Order: sequence, then C-alpha cells, then structure tokens
Amino acid sequence: MKIPSSTRRNFTAGLLGSASFWMYGGHKVWADALQSESTQSYKPKYFNHEEWLFLNAACARIFPADAHGPDAALLGAPEFIDRQMDTPYGHGELWYMSGPFKEGAPNLGYQLSLPPRDLYRQAIAAANAYVRDHHQGQTFSQLAIPEQIALLKVFEQGKMALGAVPAHTFFEQLRQNTLEGVFSDPLYGGNKGLAGWTLLGFPGARADFMDWVNQKGAPYPFGPVSISGETA
Amino acid sequence: MCAKKVDAIVIGAGWAGSILAKELTEAGLSVVMLERGDERATAVEGDYPTSIDELRGAIRHRLFQNLSQSTVTIRNMPDQEALPYRRLAAFLPGEGVGGAGLHWSGVHFRVAPDDLALRTNVVARYGKNFIPEGMNLQDYGVTYEELEPFFDKAEKVFGTSGEPYTIKGKIAGNGNRFAPDRSDAFPLPAMGEVYSASLFRSAAANVGYHPYALPAANASAQYTNPYGVQMGPCNFCGYCSGYDCYMYSKASPNVNILPALRQDPKFTLITKAHVLKVNLDADKKKATGVSYLDLRTKKQVELDADLVIISAFQFHNVHLMLLSGIGQPYDPQQNTGTVGRNFVYQTITTSRAWLSPKQYTNLFVGAGGAGVAIDDFNSMNFDHGPLGFVGGSPVWVNQAGVKPIAAAIGGPGGKAPTWGEGYKDAMVDTYRHSLTIDAHGSNMAYRDVYLDLDPTYSNAYGQPLLRMTFNWKDNDIRMNQYVVGKIEPIIKAMGATRYSLGMLKDGEVFDTRRYQTTHLGGGAIMGTDPKTSCVNRYLQSWDVSNVFVIGASAFPQGMGYNPTGMVAALAYWAAYHIRTTYLKNPGPMVQA
Repeated sequence: MKIPSSTRRNFTAGLLGSASFWMYGGHKVWADALQSESTQSYKPKYFNHEEWLFLNAACARIFPADAHGPDAALLGAPEFIDRQMDTPYGHGELWYMSGPFKEGAPNLGYQLSLPPRDLYRQAIAAANAYVRDHHQGQTFSQLAIPEQIALLKVFEQGKMALGAVPAHTFFEQLRQNTLEGVFSDPLYGGNKGLAGWTLLGFPGARADFMDWVNQKGAPYPFGPVSISGETA
Repeated sequence: MCAKKVDAIVIGAGWAGSILAKELTEAGLSVVMLERGDERATAVEGDYPTSIDELRGAIRHRLFQNLSQSTVTIRNMPDQEALPYRRLAAFLPGEGVGGAGLHWSGVHFRVAPDDLALRTNVVARYGKNFIPEGMNLQDYGVTYEELEPFFDKAEKVFGTSGEPYTIKGKIAGNGNRFAPDRSDAFPLPAMGEVYSASLFRSAAANVGYHPYALPAANASAQYTNPYGVQMGPCNFCGYCSGYDCYMYSKASPNVNILPALRQDPKFTLITKAHVLKVNLDADKKKATGVSYLDLRTKKQVELDADLVIISAFQFHNVHLMLLSGIGQPYDPQQNTGTVGRNFVYQTITTSRAWLSPKQYTNLFVGAGGAGVAIDDFNSMNFDHGPLGFVGGSPVWVNQAGVKPIAAAIGGPGGKAPTWGEGYKDAMVDTYRHSLTIDAHGSNMAYRDVYLDLDPTYSNAYGQPLLRMTFNWKDNDIRMNQYVVGKIEPIIKAMGATRYSLGMLKDGEVFDTRRYQTTHLGGGAIMGTDPKTSCVNRYLQSWDVSNVFVIGASAFPQGMGYNPTGMVAALAYWAAYHIRTTYLKNPGPMVQA
C-alpha cells in the first residue's frame, strides 16, 4: 500500500474523514479541490472517457454528498471499480462461466455470460444510447442530477434491457461495486481519507476490542485505521 | 509421495477429514489426505493486518470455493430446468486446507437429543398422522448417550467456551437448561457478552424464556488442547466468519489438529489434488482407492488404499458417491435408492431492532461463536400439537462482527432506501444503533427435495455437476413464522424504538441470490435401514464397506443448531468404531 505523497492530498484526506468538517465547514471549496483531484489525478485503465463520466455520475447519485460527507465519486469509488475490472473478479474468474447460458427465474441467480468488465461495457453503452434517444442527444453524465436519479430508478426497477443486460442487474452491479468502493480498505482505491468508515463509525483494521466487549452502549471512541496504517 | 498404496485415503482437509486422519494415524495407519484447494497456514495468509481485509475476505471469497472450476446447479421443483449457481451467495462452501472449518464462525453446539430420534419422538407424542405427506422424517440411529464422549472430546480439541447447565446430573451453571447432561465442564468459561447480547439476555428472561451463553469454539482464554496445540484468547476483533483468525482463537483444523498431525511421519497431506472418483472393484462391494487429478501437473493419479474416508463438504460427499457409483442413486419417482435422498438445509431469518440514538451497539465488535440464545422454541422443547408443524429454532443475538461493505450492501433495513437520498442517514442509524436477532431453524426432509447429477452442466474436468432440487415447504415456513413471532416480545422488552421481523412468507421460493446459511445437510444420511439411508450408524457405506462418509451429509434432517459440533462428534464416533471394531475385522459393521 502506497502512502499518498502529496501533502495537500493528506491534508484533504484528513479533513474528509471528519464528520464535523462536512456538517459545519464550507465544504464546497474542498469538494471542488477533491473533485479535480479525484477525476484528474486518476486515469482510468479500463473505462473509456464516456464510460468514466457515466461511472462518476452514477456513483455520486448512488452514494450522494450530503451533511454526512462527500459522494462516492469523491471517495474514489470510480477508481475502485476501474481497478477491479482487471482483477480475477473483473474478468469473471471467480464465477462459474461455462455454458449453456439460459434465462431462468430470477431467484436462480445470475445467468449471463458476461464478466463484470463486459457487463459494464455493454450496459453503459446501452444506457447512454437510451439517454441520447430520450434526452436530445445528451449522455447520462450531462443530465441534471434529478434526471440522473430518475433514470437510475428506472434501471433499478428495470423491466428494460441494456444490451444483453437486464437494467436491474446492471443497477445492482453498480450499486454493490459503488458501496464496495466506499467501504473497502483504501488500498483498493476507494474510501479516500477513510471517510466511508468514519461515516459508519467502523474502526477499520484496529481489530482488537478486548476492552470494548461491553461498554454498556457507549460509542467506541477511536477513529479508523487502514491496513497501511493511515488514520482519520 | 511415491507410495502407490496406503492404508487409508482421507478426502478433504476440513474438520471431518482432519479428525479421521488424526485418529487413523494414531491407530498406526499410513494416511494420505487429499485436498483439492490450496495449503492454508494462519501464520502466512491469516496474518495481521493483511487478513483483516473485508473486500478480499468475505466479499471476494478468499477462503471459499472457486466456482469457476466446479459448482452445483439449482432448481426449486423437479419439473424445472436447473441452472448453475454461478456466483457465491446463498451458501459458501470452503476450499483449501481447513475447508469450511477455517472460515466458519465457531458456534459449537452438541445436539438436542430429541433431534436424533425425531421420527420416533414425533410419532410417540403426536401420532403418525402428524407427519405431513411427503416428509421423510427419520432417526439417526444413534443416541446422545452414545455420542456424549465424542462431543466431550471434540470440545476439548476445539477449546470450546461455554457455560454448562448440568454435569453428571447436577446443576453446574447457568447454561442452557434444555441442553443434555454433560460428563464434564466446557474446557473454557463462556465468552464475554457484547452489549446487544446482554440486552437480549435480560429481555428474554423478562419475557419468561431461558437465555444462555452460546457455546463457542472461540477461546475465552489461552488454551492448550489434548494434541498440545495452543490457542490465544479471543479479542472480539470480529473477523471470524469468512476469515482465518489471526489470534489463533477460533478453532480450525489448521490450528487445532493439523499442527500435531503434520508431525506424524505416517501422515501425508497432498493439496491441489482433486479427487475424481473412488475406484471400486468389479462387483462394487469394495473400494480399491481413488483417482485424483493433480491440479499442478494436470495429470491423473491412481492411489490405492484399504480404506477410503469421504469427508469433503456435505454436497461434495454426495457428488463423489454419485460419480463413483457407491450405493444406489435416489429416485424420487419410484422412491428408491438413497444417494441424494433427504437433502436438507436450515430455515434461518433475521430480525432487526433499533435502539435509541444514545445506545451504540458497536456492531464491529464481536466473536463468531459468542452470543446469547434461547432454546424454548427449538427441537421438541415446546408443544407442537396445536401448532401442526415439525421442528423448531433456537433464537439468538450472535454479534459476530459486522463489517461495513456487507452492512452497506445489505442496506439499512426496514423500509429505508438502499441507495441515494436518505440512504446514509438510515445506514448510520442502523450500523451504530441496531442489533439483529436470528431464528436459526430446522429444515425437514421431503421426497421431492434431493441431490442428483445434472444432465447438462459439467465441471472443469468434464464431470457432471451436482444438481440440487430444493424449495421451502409449508411445514418449515410455518415453523419459522411461529418462532419469529416469539421474538417480538423480546424486542419490545429491550425497549427498541422500532423493529422489523424477518420471516419467510407463505409460499416463499428458495432464493439463491441472498446469503442464508452454509449449513447444508443430508444426501448421504445415516440410519438403521439400508433402504432409507446411505450409511449405517457408524457412517459406513451400506454398499461398499471400506468406505465411510463423514459430515453433515449424514444428517437426516436439518437441525436448528449449527452443524459443526455434531459433525465433529460423528467423526470421532465413526473413528472410534473404525479403530476398535472395523480395523480388527474389516467388513460391514452392521448387517443389512
């Protein structure tokens, strides 16, 4: 795990982890700083430009900015997902991927021949095509936020197909990977500044609660630490 | 490994295999244990802090079966086409040395004695007509008194923490008053109680139930077991289920048996060895050894042995019997054959209670086996007469350490959104101030719920996949609904601000996409009649007498308790009878 070298990066990351900063601070400035950092400093290795814009917008709608803190895009979920695409998981090497591939009752689970990386590629292209048809040639990331949310709800409740992918299957993939990005150890590219863990009060890799087995309902007093030793 | 012939082959390096291998080498046999997965050493990959990684661990399934090589197919009804279980979800079999015994949580029960003779007990109490049409209710063919020394032995090997109720007929503690009598105390005192469990204890007692500390194979103190291996005291780190316990506190074959076994020159462990089949002689009465695929060289290897122990995960045992032609496959139409019959699961649902914003449940603190339970609605501990169903559920708070990815994906619960506006607020409230209560119930066996070979799909080695035909049945759904109803007053007595009860709905269909439990059972069940069981009461194949099939595959019903304690006791029971009877005079130990 690399410790980020930039002082400014460390500073913003530290602030990110502080709930009070987000609740009471003028966080627009820092949000902008992080926005430019997270979208400019990381160059996606798998997703193309249009896919990357889609992913950043969708992650931010799934896990939005609010009084609790920044959105999933600022926390690095798109970077996380991009990096996951070139892992055994992204290539579908953890799944049984032998045919024949047949449609079945939903309760029998995923039956597509697509590993995650192909699922994203097909579904994002189809989603943007759908948006262009219905919104005067715009792509998903160009829509106003309420329109993006409305569209994600359509996908979630999904009777429609996005390429070969049922929209609700794509949405659930996106939702799960976004939340994985927000709440996994930062070594995978998300959960920047440990802000996901700070939100929930999860102490990360502390993993020793000998003195905290039962404190009669008192809040655990220590902030999170990552596997690399990063704190917030 | 150059020997082409050994005394005994043990298939699978989980609890059952490790226990049998230990016992058989103690008896002087040369033993080769074949494990298709990787070597797994706690000191290497279980180390802190790299093992404390939820994404790599429980989410990407570091210690679990890689389905890309082999899986099962699943359908709900016999007239349906089964489809592959492509992504791990509903259940999570292990792979590699330690098997599911490395990634388990550690709840370590004995058995409710009534469950061992459930058919006899139900008929005696309520009459034969009480058993629903199509339910294959059966006895194990072994009693608690016979198994007691082996439960005791397993607890001492596992370093189990708990509080007794009676020892040799005398009250010895404030443990589970429905638990059977013990010959000795638990090796270690009960684990500490987290806040949520202590709230459950007092609320359950207030309502008139009988709470007790869950017996846990998590060490409440430093411990050295009879094999001389050591465990460290559990620090409630919360990384039990799905992880390898960097504290050496959770019992596993890797920590509790293999360090001793590996030093025995008569013992050889071969990893990356995928057993293709047990080889039989011409009339299929004797096993001659096994054929396995060396996954490193991709070469098939023949290994001969006098004795073959099939001790892989429950459904792999059944799969291997079907692939090898041991016994007669079950035919649900004709109701003939036994291999694949009485495939069972458990009926588990989770309810959630939210406390006041001043009460922090610190859900990340936990131990996989620790908690507080009640048995008032388990087994035959309550009157089923007016209720009209068979079975029951223990109920508990078992705060095993909730990690953030799983919590976030699962969502805040209740009617809260699972993403977008309002999600974070609800998620924070749930993660900081809620607790969960499980109804961890039995699942009965039915004529049209079974295992066989799939006609379409195959594994990476060209063998047909195992096919599961499984659905929820009315009996078990009503049992679950009844017991969950009994949780409601406990939640109210806790002073919860709100709650949501998790229960199966009428007619609910088994959903493979949602984790329920890895406690699969049956398919190669034990019993007293070769027409309705695969193995006799010593877990010896009725058909091939030098094959023993050890594991939860032997359970005729899915019990309310977690299965590992029973699996370990049955393994020691079978090993004892192999050592004292079978080896002196190899052949059937029970005449069919």
